[in-house]
Amino acid sequence: MGRVIVTGETAAHVAERTARASYGRLVALLAAPTGDLELAEDTLAQAFEQALTTWPRDGVPDNPDGWLLTVARNRQRDLWKSAAHRRNQSLEAATDIGGDAVQPLNDLDLDRIPDRRLALLFVCAHPAIAANLRTPLMLQAVLGFDSAQIARAFAVPAGAMSQRLVRGKRRIRDARIPFVIPGRQAMPQRLPSVLEAVYGCYTLAFPELGDGESLAGEARYLAVTTARLLGDEPEAWALAALLTLASARATTPGDRYLPLQDQDPDEWDRHLIAEGEAYLRRAERPGQAPGRFQLEAAIQAVHCDRARSGATDWDALCTLYTALVAIAPSLGSRVAHAAVIGRTRSPRTGLSLLEALPVERERLQPYHAVRGDLLARLGRHQDAVAAFHQASTLSTDPAVRAFLERRAKELSG
Amino acid sequence: MRYMLLFHYSEASEDTIGAEAIAAGMRAMAGYAATLEQAGILVSGQVLQPSASSTTLTLVDGEPRIQDGPFADTKEQLGGVIVIDVPDLDAALEWARQAPPLSWGTVEVRPGAVHIEAGTWVASS
Repeated sequence: MGRVIVTGETAAHVAERTARASYGRLVALLAAPTGDLELAEDTLAQAFEQALTTWPRDGVPDNPDGWLLTVARNRQRDLWKSAAHRRNQSLEAATDIGGDAVQPLNDLDLDRIPDRRLALLFVCAHPAIAANLRTPLMLQAVLGFDSAQIARAFAVPAGAMSQRLVRGKRRIRDARIPFVIPGRQAMPQRLPSVLEAVYGCYTLAFPELGDGESLAGEARYLAVTTARLLGDEPEAWALAALLTLASARATTPGDRYLPLQDQDPDEWDRHLIAEGEAYLRRAERPGQAPGRFQLEAAIQAVHCDRARSGATDWDALCTLYTALVAIAPSLGSRVAHAAVIGRTRSPRTGLSLLEALPVERERLQPYHAVRGDLLARLGRHQDAVAAFHQASTLSTDPAVRAFLERRAKELSG
Repeated sequence: MRYMLLFHYSEASEDTIGAEAIAAGMRAMAGYAATLEQAGILVSGQVLQPSASSTTLTLVDGEPRIQDGPFADTKEQLGGVIVIDVPDLDAALEWARQAPPLSWGTVEVRPGAVHIEAGTWVASS
């Protein structure tokens, strides 16, 4: 096959597209034999750099993934050789390929090499990795975000995040956390932290990503990939369903914020709703108690169903939220439960549920917003205004802030 | 890869927990050692005397100062160690999970860097 000579800009474009689509797969393949994520990322970065100088000159290879993998592996091998006197591991074990450096191959088909991304996800969410580092590690190693972007998403200084990530990766290498998928016996203990970390990617705000891309989209991609790779884990499919259904209702950042009930279902993405519902069906296990993500996905499905039926099935929401707070009584789910009870039973019952929450509720924006709404419906306008103001101060999204201030203003007028 | 399992716990004696509890602990440790040996992964083990019998040296103005007591005077003390040779952290954690001291304290799993073989330091990985 001949190579197409292209301009530098197009080659850069191919490199960027490959980076987006294959980054995690390539990092996983490079890191799995050695356990060295830092080395894998560095050598892959060098391969991309080399691509940006060679591709515009010689043409984009037919198989960019294979080209990048071979170049990165050769680079890994060189580094390993130069450091060989300090290590006693064999080169073969270290690079997973015997013999001398190989030419970039066009027939190195990524689709025929086992996908190691799932093992990489289990490494990132290993119990020996601090819980608050698991999502950042996934963002970097699997999705290819740089540490400065991740630091912004977590609202921590860039230097601190970069240091944490480096320490985490060295820990994986030095303690030798294996790149394996847990067996059937260990899976129930290991899977929740993986799904939790993937979900963590979704809940991050990532305002400056630009050009239509969003972290929510990346997290959804990661959730669907995880479910596909695992094949038959109901909670993994449920998480894919949850993020897909939630994405179906996502609005463009900067738009005017509307609470779910005031949204026009015609603006929701029908294709994503259908896709999410299909994932949710794959999560169903008749006769088996639903997991946390299955309940959350089912709640999303009830909301999305308004696009078809024209009305919200509040009784179904009530049942689902009651089940959810029973198995996963997080502050967030209990606030949402109180909101639904406040609507289906009475605002007073909803308020009493809110009052039963622990003091950490005070730092939670939805707590104050739901409280404001229930107080307003009880006619306690002054208290409601104070609650909406409080919610507004706690919100980082300008559109949400504007909406809360508008509600406060309507009540004080 | 060598991992050291470090057992930290509040020190107990026959006076504090009774002779039967001490005997049961020793039986459990004997069974654990036999299991590790049978699996072919046991490198070495050492259970320590109470920290009250420990003596600590520090250099003060270039001269070693000898003091009674352990390095850190904490409620939980290092009570013993076992070194195992297993492929990775998951395997080490699985063995640590079965360690009897987990019932009366904390088990720390720490990868080895180097160890001595025939008078020479060699890599533990």
